[in-house]
Amino acid sequence: MADRGTFLGWPVLRQLASGDFLGRGPAVTTRHTRERTARTATADKVVKSVCPYCAVGCGQNIFVKDGRVVQIEGDPDSPVSRGRLCPKGSASEQLVNNPRRQTTVLYRAPYATDWTHLGLDEATDMIADRVVETRRRTWQDKDEHGQFLRRTMGIASLGGAALDNEENYLMKKLYTAMGAIQVENQARI
Amino acid sequence: MANSDCIVIQGSNMAECHPVAYQWVTEAKLRGARVIHVDPRFTRTSAVADRHIPIRAGSDVILLGALINHVLTTETYFRDYVQAYTNATMLVSDDFQDTEDLGGVFSGYDPETGQYDLTSWAYKSRAAGEEKVGEPGPEEHGAEQAAVAEGQAYGSGGPPLDHALIERDPTMTDPRCVLQVLRRHYARYTPALVTEVCGIGREDFDYLARSIVENSGRERTTMFAYAVGWTQHSLGAQFIRTSAILQLLMGNVGRPGGGIMALRGHASIQGASDIPTLFNLLPGYLPMPVAGKHESLGQYLEAVSSKRQKGFWTKADTYMVSLLKAWWGDAAQPDNDFCYDYLPRLNGNHNTYQSVMDMIAGTVKGYFLLGQNPAVGSAHGRMQRFGMANLDWLVVRDINLIESATWWKDGPEIASGEMETDKIATEVFFLPAANHAEKDGTFTQTQRMLQWHFKAVEPPGDARSDLWFYYVLGQKIRERLAGSTDPVDRPLLDLTWDYPQDEHGEPDADAILREVNGTYLTGEKAGQALPGFVELKADGSTASGCWIYSGVYAGEVNRSKNKVPDAEQSWVAPDWGWAWPMNRRILYNRASADPQGRPWSERKAYVWWDEEQGTWVGHDVPDFPVTTDPAYRPADTATGPDALAGDDPFIMQADGKGWLFAPKGMIDGPMPTHYEPQESPVDNALYPQQRNPSRLVYPRKDNLTAPSAGDPGVDVYPYVATTYRLTEHHTAGAMSRWLPYLSELQPEFFCEVSPELAAERGLENGGWATLISPRSAIEARVLVTERMTPLVVGGRTVHQIGMPYHWGVGGTGAVVQGDSANDLLGVTLDPNVSIQESKVSSVDIQPGRRPHGADLLRLVQDYQSRSGITVMTGNDRLEDAEERGEAR
Ligand code: SF4
Repeated sequence: MADRGTFLGWPVLRQLASGDFLGRGPAVTTRHTRERTARTATADKVVKSVCPYCAVGCGQNIFVKDGRVVQIEGDPDSPVSRGRLCPKGSASEQLVNNPRRQTTVLYRAPYATDWTHLGLDEATDMIADRVVETRRRTWQDKDEHGQFLRRTMGIASLGGAALDNEENYLMKKLYTAMGAIQVENQARI
Repeated sequence: MANSDCIVIQGSNMAECHPVAYQWVTEAKLRGARVIHVDPRFTRTSAVADRHIPIRAGSDVILLGALINHVLTTETYFRDYVQAYTNATMLVSDDFQDTEDLGGVFSGYDPETGQYDLTSWAYKSRAAGEEKVGEPGPEEHGAEQAAVAEGQAYGSGGPPLDHALIERDPTMTDPRCVLQVLRRHYARYTPALVTEVCGIGREDFDYLARSIVENSGRERTTMFAYAVGWTQHSLGAQFIRTSAILQLLMGNVGRPGGGIMALRGHASIQGASDIPTLFNLLPGYLPMPVAGKHESLGQYLEAVSSKRQKGFWTKADTYMVSLLKAWWGDAAQPDNDFCYDYLPRLNGNHNTYQSVMDMIAGTVKGYFLLGQNPAVGSAHGRMQRFGMANLDWLVVRDINLIESATWWKDGPEIASGEMETDKIATEVFFLPAANHAEKDGTFTQTQRMLQWHFKAVEPPGDARSDLWFYYVLGQKIRERLAGSTDPVDRPLLDLTWDYPQDEHGEPDADAILREVNGTYLTGEKAGQALPGFVELKADGSTASGCWIYSGVYAGEVNRSKNKVPDAEQSWVAPDWGWAWPMNRRILYNRASADPQGRPWSERKAYVWWDEEQGTWVGHDVPDFPVTTDPAYRPADTATGPDALAGDDPFIMQADGKGWLFAPKGMIDGPMPTHYEPQESPVDNALYPQQRNPSRLVYPRKDNLTAPSAGDPGVDVYPYVATTYRLTEHHTAGAMSRWLPYLSELQPEFFCEVSPELAAERGLENGGWATLISPRSAIEARVLVTERMTPLVVGGRTVHQIGMPYHWGVGGTGAVVQGDSANDLLGVTLDPNVSIQESKVSSVDIQPGRRPHGADLLRLVQDYQSRSGITVMTGNDRLEDAEERGEAR
């Protein structure tokens, strides 16, 4: 753009010179604006993704710089969404980078009034212990007519609609093998 | 949707809840389509529709039934389509009696179990020495089916019939033929009844009927779109059935711009039904085995489908054996029924609400929550929290510290004094989860399309994918059981549980999707990915984790990763993602051509028979055996896919036809009938039977029902409440109330009321109101708006109140909080699919904030005693006309 120090920088001339006759485009940008670059332009890579909220399945482009998500935008290639995202899809960068997000394991002991911290490995060990013990304790081999049940009614699970198909698959496979049948998700609701 | 000529959105606020999909409705409208929104509220969808028609919540079957009656009496249905492609011509058994004959129940009702014996709903047989086809086996009656929510097992195909030799009358004049049965059933569903029951005037009804009739037929198609506004009712599945019947009559199924669009609400809720984390299903809509009914693999397969029927369900043995091979590998052999006995058995309805009641009863000890927040998002939040407070252990995996993880220290019952933190024994584990940007995998969106999302970054701190968690949990459980000789542990020890992992220990999602797709196990192709489900075998030579997804990895290519830009491919966009089955984008698309295989019209051409090549061709993958000539007629002895005639487009149905009348499959009636909701200020105008006699009721002290019309105390909870979503929030809020952007857009819980109701109760716009139900009382900001229309129904004014359900109390780190609408709701379920009735309930509303502590409980109890309700109020299944009359 023209230098502010000469008359060439006068707004009317700027408008004429840049073809921005209504003065809503480049003619009225400030230096501050001009010096900024979109996060999308400086990203190291763009990763193809899908909006994690509703089942429309809008396409997303995730812009990554230095191992961090810097922006998430609609994917213009998607025949479902043609580049559009609603407020939720548009806000999903905040879902990833939210400082309010809980990123460490927490544990509340019976009767405790607050959380304590646990290591991830320790927590999964404890959960595995509880599954094995509860399963053993609540195992039902047969019903009163001698018909097979081969299950535990001591373990229930809720969730899956926000998860990947592959995750649902491993869940259903493991639960079925352990005999847990009370497995449900949002589709029931 | 862009190809529709008329779109009726009913039971959905699509522009608000599926905003980006709504661009296709807008596009249809720009091309000249008419858009009609039928909804209790005037919403963002109504604002951009050609017309909004307000309806009383829960009365949809009357409106849709009247449309059916209209097209039958005016002979404006699509006769050629109906005659060739539906079961209109088939004869129904002489034993069948309609609700019109029996005062509101169909033949076969058992008042003791509250369920139907479906025998009399069967077709008439033309096989020698037999009267009926589709007669259920002795153990296949409604009671058992409701017990396992069997309706949901028809997610990929219809229920079994013995065979397809059914008596027919091609002229459709026989009084026992389906078309005539349908005519009689809906004869009383008139526009006058619509006005009386739904509150919809004659002009609106005529407009709707005219729009559908003028936009159906050879040249044009009409589409319906719905969401949970139809499912969350005590006869929700029947709402959808009514619209399916109308769409079949109008010839709008299997054609571009036609059909019924189910708008689902979560990124992979369709996937979580296909590969079901649901109690009653195995992958691909195979039912979970039931104790006593499916004792052996042979018994199970016989019950799932008859080898003598038509279509692709006859191949269920190949789907099931391949699943068992995928799970138990070499341990699964023909001589041990492929480890069929490793599968646990059902013997009741083990739905999530039952599990919560079992937590309260103490039989459920441990609970996993994965990206779901029942303390806020499930009906009857109080019951949810009381259930969790009685667990031994609870594992919550989520990205944020949701209310379901923290209720023990900051839930509403801590505030009211009903629970004390240091008296709650539940051990709680919170494990942070990775989100979509931090892992590889597929979501299946609402049109059955799998789309891969690629991992962009590593998850922070302890956050991990659920894939990682379940893989590691499985490994740790197996380590602990290693060496066990107890047969109980065999299913875990023999499980195929070995996936490649990356340097962070993350299992390879590609490898798991490939297992789902399936592989050859023997022969020269051993180890290769299967090209599709037709290759599956029942002899153990193939494995596949979910038969309907077979083909997603055909040719060793992960097709869910297909991302050919929109601009570079056809309007059907087959090269973006992959849709089950076999990448078909419109199901039953054989019906887009006439019986001779020619497109019904050039305008609506989709797939058609190419005489020269001798194959079906077109814009989409034909959903039909590709070389079956339209003129082909099978011999009576033919079975399976070979028994499909050239004009049997409904290839997953046991008789190849679209069902106007369902001899099986719907356990609360072969045709939809109007009943009032569990809680209703209005009498059933049609029958003495007020409510769906097969609905699932839970008469308990903590689940009281408000009185309905005719009961004493009905005026104590005089208003109809309905719940819904907003664009700016997501279900129970875990993914939205923690985000500053979204919270700023919709900061506060509110309720919508009409100016008339505001005047009646002294409510002020922007002020506070307290809403009281028999379960709880909550407070909300008041939004007085003309978008809420009081309706005159059955001679009285019915006020409706709307509430979004995204807010909750408690949780750590949420930007905004508020009372939860779901706390008001009780638990009464649809019998086919066990979904709760959350779209209609009875409440009172009063100005001002709610009391706290013990005073809150007193308020709720005051209302209960004033209304005189007991545990049995509203919970008798069969309703005696005289009794109800007397009570009045
Ligand atoms: S952007 Fe909006 S409409 Fe699209 S998938 Fe996400 S939540 Fe649904």
